[in-house]
Amino acid sequence: MIKRFVSIWFPYLATDWFSLRHPQLCRLPFVLSTASHGRMLVTATNAPAEAQGIHTGMTVADARAILPSLQVMDDKPGLAEQLLHRLAEWCIRYTPCVSLDLPGGLVLDATGCSHLWKGDLPYVTLIVQRLKDRGYQARAAMADTIGAAWALARYGKDLTIAENSRHGEALLSLPPASLRLDAITIEQLHKLGLRRVSDFVSMPRASLMRRFGHTLLNRLDQAMGTVDELIQPVLPVEPYQERLPCLEPIVTATGIEIALQRLLDSICHRLQQEQKGLRLARFYGYRMDGKTEMVEIGTVRASNHVEHLFRLFSPKITAMAPGPGVELFMLEALKVEDHFPAQEKLWEGGGGLGDIRLAELLDRLGGRIGTHSIHRYLPDEHYWPERSVRAAPSLQEKAATGWKAGKPRPLQLLSRPEPVEVTAPIPDYPPMLFRYKNVLHTVKKADGPERIEQEWWLQEGEHRDYYAVEDEEGRRYWLFRSGHYTGDRSQQWFLHGFFA
Amino acid sequence: MLCMSNSKAAILARLQKEILPLQGYKPAGNEGMDMGLGLVRNAFPNKSFPLGAVHEFIAANAEDAAASGGFISGLVSHLMKTGGTAAWISASRTLFPYGLVQFGIEPDRMLFIDLPKEKELLWTIEEALKCSALSAVVAELPRLDFTASRRLQLAVEQSGVTAFLLRSNPKQLQTTACVTRWKITPMASEAVDDLPGIGFPRWKIELLKVRNGKPGSWQLMWIDGGFQPVRRTALIVEEKKIKTA
Repeated sequence: MIKRFVSIWFPYLATDWFSLRHPQLCRLPFVLSTASHGRMLVTATNAPAEAQGIHTGMTVADARAILPSLQVMDDKPGLAEQLLHRLAEWCIRYTPCVSLDLPGGLVLDATGCSHLWKGDLPYVTLIVQRLKDRGYQARAAMADTIGAAWALARYGKDLTIAENSRHGEALLSLPPASLRLDAITIEQLHKLGLRRVSDFVSMPRASLMRRFGHTLLNRLDQAMGTVDELIQPVLPVEPYQERLPCLEPIVTATGIEIALQRLLDSICHRLQQEQKGLRLARFYGYRMDGKTEMVEIGTVRASNHVEHLFRLFSPKITAMAPGPGVELFMLEALKVEDHFPAQEKLWEGGGGLGDIRLAELLDRLGGRIGTHSIHRYLPDEHYWPERSVRAAPSLQEKAATGWKAGKPRPLQLLSRPEPVEVTAPIPDYPPMLFRYKNVLHTVKKADGPERIEQEWWLQEGEHRDYYAVEDEEGRRYWLFRSGHYTGDRSQQWFLHGFFA
Repeated sequence: MLCMSNSKAAILARLQKEILPLQGYKPAGNEGMDMGLGLVRNAFPNKSFPLGAVHEFIAANAEDAAASGGFISGLVSHLMKTGGTAAWISASRTLFPYGLVQFGIEPDRMLFIDLPKEKELLWTIEEALKCSALSAVVAELPRLDFTASRRLQLAVEQSGVTAFLLRSNPKQLQTTACVTRWKITPMASEAVDDLPGIGFPRWKIELLKVRNGKPGSWQLMWIDGGFQPVRRTALIVEEKKIKTA
């Protein structure tokens, strides 16, 4: 598909804004200035001042020497960008994809848009006319590439429309500066007498490359359309979005539910057709008084199941305060992933971790109690009990190592080992008696010790000697002695877990 | 006369079987499911471990809770044999994932749902029980009244999930709608081959209540990934000796 771009250039953007604020300045020559290195520099001029030979970058003193009656105003930092941003948002009425083109310009991706305004020329003319009505001087051009449109807007005739794939010819008569080159390259080209694009466009690429480097060729290719150029839209295009305006403002929960159901129906229908599913969705309610209510849901796996998504939203609907009434509902899928129904069928009913019903259960639980409450553990390469398992971030993640069996591990592990009083033969026999929570246990059988060293690169501390012990009633415990036996330390023994 | 009584007994047995579904008891698909419990199955209606039902376990202290946990893990591992997933729901979990390995469960197929407060516990359990993708749901909850237990029972009747409720240190034991009530206490293990150290885990299993069945008490141990009645220990050891020899 052939793309069409419109480049708009605002030659007097900042001064136009000042003229709108101060209408008396409209006809007078004036400049904006900022202090730089102890002198005042001109940062923007208006048309009458420029006609007198004052240009951006000269000092205010020089400008005053040319024109003693010159008005000088303080520039506002960041003004041009702010203005451009505002104008870009305004231009979204002509195309959804508008991007800033600093300094002083906009680029509109007008592919497939102009026929709505009865052709390219009326389209561009209308944009420029509307901008002029707003008080901004603008020049615009349309071409198949951003580079060509840029060049024609600044160096071509006003309102140039390069026909489909005729932009190359339109560029030939333009100066090299129209290719968005840096000042040094432009000067080099001028010194060599290459004053038009046509002078060097047919030169061997190798020699151009050798003399001017990569930038010139790249810019030339971009203008000619052999290399694609990407633009960053001001408002990112949100493809999965549904809106539902209401005739009467909605104030009841039932009304909101009906709206949600309709929006979900239409968005899920589209997702199903494209074999996609959403991971993150937001439901907005725009209220009569200008406030916006928003609820958000997330899923662990891409889903386009209306019923399931509705169930995720429904407990949150009560959190939406309709106030005087909601006039517009909007549902937006912020995160969309591939979702193939064939795979879904394969997994369904297996009961394994890939089961779709499991993912839906976790969504429901996560929506109410928070996803941080749901854990899945995988073995980790540590012997230290607290570090021997790690939380797995997803259901699908596989264990890198197997679950080691063989060493006795208790079924219940206390998060913090509890100190116990112990009578034990020295130096490293299992205890004979221990007192836990004021109950004396006589050890009848014991296994151990299993020495587990502290991983010094992770944490400082003593090693542990673990014993599995069984008392006279058959209750089984996991005890350990922290560090080597020393006579002078009383608290050395801890209870860490219970065996089944 | 004998023939008469025989046919009478047959009629009675048939009628009894008809009563069971009317009372809300749904027999599992495979008859004679004993979950590897052996003779314990005689206590259950139809001699089959009630699946798709709520089982209640009472534990007086942490040691009993660990023993109950072991017994439940043994049952859950049986249910997860087909590659299923289970959930362990708790508000104060001390369960160590590595401890499940001994009971034949791959801990990465167990979902641990750790709630910060007890408030949402019942809702979470009910929601999990409604999900037929889970093989089993184990929940630690201290309080359970009749209404709540009936809600859970209704949820499992719909989905067919088997639920194990572990009640540590319950304040009071009310009537519940659970199918069974168990009490598991640890027992002293026996040394294997006169070797020093601790033997296989061994429990006293008390089935305090079972709907349409006969309560009883057994002694079981967990050995080589399965339950074994304690009486036969010596025999197994003998068999092993023969095998290894």
